[in-house]
Amino acid sequence: MQKGTKYALMLGAIPFITLAFALPLVNRIEPIILGLPFILFWIISWVVLTPFILLTAYLLEKRYNTPEEGDE
Amino acid sequence: MNPALIIIFAVIIFSSLLGIYAGRRVKMNLEEWAVGGRRFGVILIWLLMAGEIYTTFTFLGASGWAYSKGAPTFYILIYGTLAYTFSFFILPLLWKVGKKYGLHTQPDFFIKRYDSRTLGVLVALIGVIFIVPYLQLQLKGLGMIVEEASNRTIDPRLAMVISFVLTCAFVYTSGIRGTAWVSIIKDIMMILAVGIVGIGVPYIYFGGFGKMFKALIAQKPHHLIFPGATSNMDALWVMSTVLLTGLGFYMWPHIIGSVFSAKSAKTIKRNAVIMPFYQVPILLVFMVGFTALLVIPGLKDGDFAFLALVNKTYPSWFMGFIGAAGAVTAMVPSSILILFASTVLAKNVYKAGFNPNASEEKVVRLSRFLVFVMTFMALIFAIFFPSALVNLLLIGYDGISQFFPGVVLGLVWKRVTRTGVLGGLLTGIGLVILLVFGGHDPFFGLNAGFVALSVNTVVTVVMSLLTKPQKSWE
Repeated sequence: MQKGTKYALMLGAIPFITLAFALPLVNRIEPIILGLPFILFWIISWVVLTPFILLTAYLLEKRYNTPEEGDE
Repeated sequence: MNPALIIIFAVIIFSSLLGIYAGRRVKMNLEEWAVGGRRFGVILIWLLMAGEIYTTFTFLGASGWAYSKGAPTFYILIYGTLAYTFSFFILPLLWKVGKKYGLHTQPDFFIKRYDSRTLGVLVALIGVIFIVPYLQLQLKGLGMIVEEASNRTIDPRLAMVISFVLTCAFVYTSGIRGTAWVSIIKDIMMILAVGIVGIGVPYIYFGGFGKMFKALIAQKPHHLIFPGATSNMDALWVMSTVLLTGLGFYMWPHIIGSVFSAKSAKTIKRNAVIMPFYQVPILLVFMVGFTALLVIPGLKDGDFAFLALVNKTYPSWFMGFIGAAGAVTAMVPSSILILFASTVLAKNVYKAGFNPNASEEKVVRLSRFLVFVMTFMALIFAIFFPSALVNLLLIGYDGISQFFPGVVLGLVWKRVTRTGVLGGLLTGIGLVILLVFGGHDPFFGLNAGFVALSVNTVVTVVMSLLTKPQKSWE
């Protein structure tokens, strides 16, 4: 596996950890942040952060992977 | 004629004309019909994928669950995000083999990868069987929206027939291009509708969503954490459900099909990066459901919460706008469901199963003819066998997700064999039927489809290792 892909996969695991496996730990209403119950704030924050995580993964792949045929 | 009616019909007709116009001057062969000549750039792919994800279910189901079930509805916000993350890694691989071997459909993938027509026909049939309830769901939502929006002056069945005949027309003439073009209207209207109502109603009744949540927490302290108003949808259920639906999303035959229409693997990857932003409006849909629970409690069917609250709050012409947005929101995903069900039946059931020598021209002709058959079937089911919204979708997801090991292992693991995939798939589907229809969903707190998928994956791996290695790609 190429180095860029490895980094990208590690980043890609973040939404799965925060938005699936961590759910039992964040299942509460307090503290209320920006008017949202904590669980909803947690979910929406990670939903909004995910594009940035994937963008980082994209850039890392571009930097460390040798370009393949058909990538352009 | 009231203004709501005029708006609804004007939008439905205009959208369909645009869809028909999209296919002008295109000589229709299989490549153009099913995958738009593999020339779609980031914008068209985005419109297409966004068009498939935001269905009538977004309007009605997500607010309906917020209203009647509470926190478990949050799964809808999560699973799309997980699906896009997953797609970032898998879809470019899928696109590359699609391009290399000229694949158009999901069964094409199975036939090519596993060198098995039987598996292809089976995958095709299972896919179509699960598409039918999904189509019916769109039709039911469309009927409900138009009926409510027109203040019960339009018979929902009439609305279903008119908009589906028009959908049929633009699928027939333009193939996948029609869907992508109509998506433009749909996306603009949907975002406007959800934005106006989602920000509007909490503000109108409570002075903002923070105050609305405060009132809701004071009145029903447990509504906003799992399991909400349900007894069996705890955090574990949500976790297994988002994993199942997040991983299963790209197993839908029509969604795999639209992957092939991209012009490069990079287009697909870039699209995966921006897609999660598109989930944010769902938060606004939840707001409508929660506000409705406080303002109009006691509705018998939560799926009506969105429409009932809009009806109470806004003037009738605005209901027309909502009705129109709802109708195109049903038409776009339906068009692509119909397109792929027809193509799969013609190419992977008729040609692969019964007449391997059929010419491409004949397959295209049959696909186009089957568009009418699928439309007619969906109408019959929606009018005579209507059923509950979200549950239907969940059963569909349970079944469709069982393709996961065959697709994903087929792309990343050389050792997976046709016997393994066949065994896993049949075990998975069997378990879904057994658990869901036997009343064991959730199964020990876990989503039954997720349990079936786990067993399916183990069976696929073990049986693959026990059978003779098979030639992989190349």
